Amino acid sequence: MSLIGAEMSNWATVAPAITSAFLASLVEVVEAFTIVLAVASVRGARPAVGGTLAGLAVLALIILVFGPAVDRIPLFLLQIGVGVLLLLFGMRWLRKAVLRAAGIIALHDEEAAYRAETAQLQEETRRQQTRADWFAGLTAFKAVVVEGLEVVFIVIAVGAGRGLLVPASLGALAACVLVLGCGALLHRPLARVPENALKFGVGVMLSGFGVFWTGEGLGVPWPGEDLAVPVLVAIFLALGLGLVAVLRSRAVELVR
Amino acid sequence: MNALRQFFAELLGLFVEDGSLALAILAVVAGGVVLAAAAAPPLLVGLLLLGGCLAVLTENVMRSRRNAAQPPRP
Repeated sequence: MSLIGAEMSNWATVAPAITSAFLASLVEVVEAFTIVLAVASVRGARPAVGGTLAGLAVLALIILVFGPAVDRIPLFLLQIGVGVLLLLFGMRWLRKAVLRAAGIIALHDEEAAYRAETAQLQEETRRQQTRADWFAGLTAFKAVVVEGLEVVFIVIAVGAGRGLLVPASLGALAACVLVLGCGALLHRPLARVPENALKFGVGVMLSGFGVFWTGEGLGVPWPGEDLAVPVLVAIFLALGLGLVAVLRSRAVELVR
Repeated sequence: MNALRQFFAELLGLFVEDGSLALAILAVVAGGVVLAAAAAPPLLVGLLLLGGCLAVLTENVMRSRRNAAQPPRP
C-alpha cells in the first residue's frame, strides 16, 4: 500500500473511533448528568458529589483491574468478542433510534427524565427521612457507574485491537468536558442535545465496527482493509435511513 | 438487595433489550463461525455477517412496527 493509501487507511479507523467514542459518550454523560442534577436539586450537592465520586472511583478500579487483561487475550478472540458486543450494543441503539425516528416509540425526553427522577427522589425522601441522603447518593452512584460503564465499554470496543485506545479515550474525555462545562453553566438538564440523532449515528458506526471486527476475528480479508469500515458504516446508515422512510410512509398510509 | 438486582438488570440491558434481536445477532455470528471452521471462502463469511445483520435488523424493526400497530389485547 502507498504512503497516502496507508495514511487514508489509518484515518479510516481513527476518525470513526474518535467520533463514535465522542458521540456515544456525549449521550451517556448527558443521561448521567440529568440524574446527578436531580439528586443535587432534591438533596443538595453532598450526596450528588459523593455518589458521583464513588461511581468514578469504581469505574477507575474496573479499568485498572480489567484494562491490562485486554492485552493478554489472543487478538482473534478479542476481535470476535469485541465485535459481537459491538453488534449487540450498536444494533440495539440503531433499532431503537429507527423506531423513535419513525414515531413508533416515544423520543427520549431529558426534561421528562429529570422530572421523573426528581419526583421519585422526593417520594423516597418523604418515606425514608433518615436514609434519604444515602438513597440520593446511591442514585447518583448508580447513574455514574451504569452510564460510565457504557462509555468504558465503547472506548475499549472501538479502541482495542488496533491500538486506538488513546484516541478513543480522548474522544470520550472531550464529551465529558463538553457536557460538564455546559451543565455547570446552565444548571439544568441538557434537553436540546439531539439524542436520537446521536444514537442513530453511533448505532450505525458501532454496527459497522462490529461487523468489521467480527469478520477480522474470523479471518475475513475485507476489501480495502481498514477502508472497509466507512463502507460498512455507510451500508448500515443507508439501511437505517431506508427503514425510517419506509416506516414513515406506511404510517402516512395508515392515517389516510 | 432490590437495588442490586435492578443495577445488574440495567447492566444486562446495555447489551440485551430485545432478547430476540440479541439471539438473532448471536445466530448470525455462530453461522459465520461455522462457515469459517468449514473452510468456506473468507469473503463469504464476511458477506454472511453483513447480510445477516442487515436482515436481522430489518426483520426486527418491521416486526416491532407490526406489534405496535396491533390493538392491545383486552
